[in-house]
Amino acid sequence: MLSEFKMPKEALIPVIGEVTDIRIDTPDVKTFRVVTPDGKKAFDHMPGQCAMLSVPGVGEAMFSITSSPTNTEYMEFSIKKCGCVTDWLHQMEVGQQITIRGPYGNAFPVDTAFAGKDMLFIAGGIGLAPLRSVINYCRHYRDRYGKIDIVYGSRSRADLVDYNEILTEWMTDDGINVHLTIDREEEGWDGHVGFVPNYVKELGFSTDKTAILCGPPIMIKFTLAGLQELGFAKEQVYTTLELRMKCGIGKCGRCNVGSKYVCKDGPVFRCDEIDELPDEY
Amino acid sequence: MRKCALANKNALLAAMAKTAKLYVPTDGADEKSRDVNSRLAGAYYAEWKDGAELSKKLNTTRSPKDFFFPQTENMMTFKMTGKKLEIFDTRREHENFILFGVKACDVRSFTVLDNVFLTDPVDSYYANRRAHGTIVSMACTKPAGTCFCRTFGIDAADPEGDVVCWEDAEWIYLTAKTEKGEKLMAALADVTEECADDAADAVKTLVNERLDKLPLADLKSDAFGGGKTDTFFNDPAWNELSEACLGCGTCTFVCPTCQCYDIKDFNTGREVIRFRCWDSCMYSDFTMMAHGTNRPNHVQRFRQRFMHKLVYYPENNGGLFSCVGCGRCLSRCPISMNIVKVMKKLGGNKNAE
Repeated sequence: MLSEFKMPKEALIPVIGEVTDIRIDTPDVKTFRVVTPDGKKAFDHMPGQCAMLSVPGVGEAMFSITSSPTNTEYMEFSIKKCGCVTDWLHQMEVGQQITIRGPYGNAFPVDTAFAGKDMLFIAGGIGLAPLRSVINYCRHYRDRYGKIDIVYGSRSRADLVDYNEILTEWMTDDGINVHLTIDREEEGWDGHVGFVPNYVKELGFSTDKTAILCGPPIMIKFTLAGLQELGFAKEQVYTTLELRMKCGIGKCGRCNVGSKYVCKDGPVFRCDEIDELPDEY
Repeated sequence: MRKCALANKNALLAAMAKTAKLYVPTDGADEKSRDVNSRLAGAYYAEWKDGAELSKKLNTTRSPKDFFFPQTENMMTFKMTGKKLEIFDTRREHENFILFGVKACDVRSFTVLDNVFLTDPVDSYYANRRAHGTIVSMACTKPAGTCFCRTFGIDAADPEGDVVCWEDAEWIYLTAKTEKGEKLMAALADVTEECADDAADAVKTLVNERLDKLPLADLKSDAFGGGKTDTFFNDPAWNELSEACLGCGTCTFVCPTCQCYDIKDFNTGREVIRFRCWDSCMYSDFTMMAHGTNRPNHVQRFRQRFMHKLVYYPENNGGLFSCVGCGRCLSRCPISMNIVKVMKKLGGNKNAE
């Protein structure tokens, strides 16, 4: 009756990803380098987009892609150990094959709203993972953006993700100011001590910048308030939301908030867009 | 339009069954049967057998969404050998089948599900079944006190479907509405005869008169729809409405339009099967993540289900509601809470604009 039926491509069926490098960043964060078995990048993406990684038999979970799209060789994922799937990922060794599918979600408007702007990146803890993709994208296309400020804080020096890249690459770049802070005094640390929201207020940025916030919900809440005190409008501030996801394509219903699905309408939202969502994220 | 004498209904069904696997509403309560469904009270869809008695009940206990979006469904398998992994696409083209006697509300539910599963990226599992299913709908003759399909603009007297049927005391009238339907009707030429296009009008009139008299005939959906999040989200009535809800998820499982699902892995020892199964937004672990959940209390979860059906879904789908008024949740909820009560409470005068 319907012999012309052709099985469509299925978004939920992943491809194989091989872990070719594992970097220990902090006591609970590792960065995994993933390629397809023939050594290529699994798919192209834009800064801010996510991918579903899974370990068959353990589960599947959504992670932001830490590496920049300008890296054409591989993808990186900075992952904090905090649940079933991430525990398993942290135990595996180089050469392990996992599954990967994506890219999912929207992206930071790096080529539109961000073009020509002074950028202010504010991250807390593992919140650097999604921002690293944007920061490195901006560094790659340096002439498309104005001044770049990065404020990054964590509980302690040992909890700063990707410290080496920050020291050797970001801090040595012209026109990029990196401001690091840790929560408590520590021997051998001569940088700033204090919470990110307060540090941002102390630094007192000019309000013509576009700000991108990423970190624990409590940090986002207070930093946003701080930015508003400095005179930033919500339209200038971007952040990402994170909710439980299963399908990644707006069908399974998990990440539904109001009429939006974080997996496809997010994870990147402007703070004034978030205000329009019901308070359930 | 064509017709077939009711006395020849078995021949009509036999002719349908020749073209594809035919499923018909059947009465359950056969305690000795090996088929779990048939042990339940109430009607369910079963494969038609020659001479089988069709259920006379208004509708099946569970909705026919199973045929396109099964309660559990295997999606793919994995084999792990040491660090190496293989992925197997286990999808196969589905066999053709016919669903006979689907009521107007349930036919509309397929449109509601289509909007979710057939929009890009297409869900191939659903698309596969949908492409191979032909829907023969049946106009209602005796709508029940729990019916409110009219609230959502559904005409129980004139359903959608590939082939639409009406029954009176003597005849069953059939007309094709789609290309798929035309094909099926061509195969039924020998058991049906030509009749006037208005032959079923008397049945339609009768059904409409009955629909006018239903207890929920006055229920209106006007107060709801896209863009009404702010109107209803913070209404204190949610506390009272959700207070008695057990969070059992029965409403979700009998609902023809609920489509939330979970994806899980099952390790058989030889391979890992990745399957999906129905889930419910009313369950406390539905949105649970490693760092917590965004809907920690039951009021929020209760509100999510109704807001999705009455506001969020219409907002994304051109005003179409994700409720078809089939009434299953009205008769199945253990504490008698349901969407009608929610609509009456929230959509009262205070919110009418």
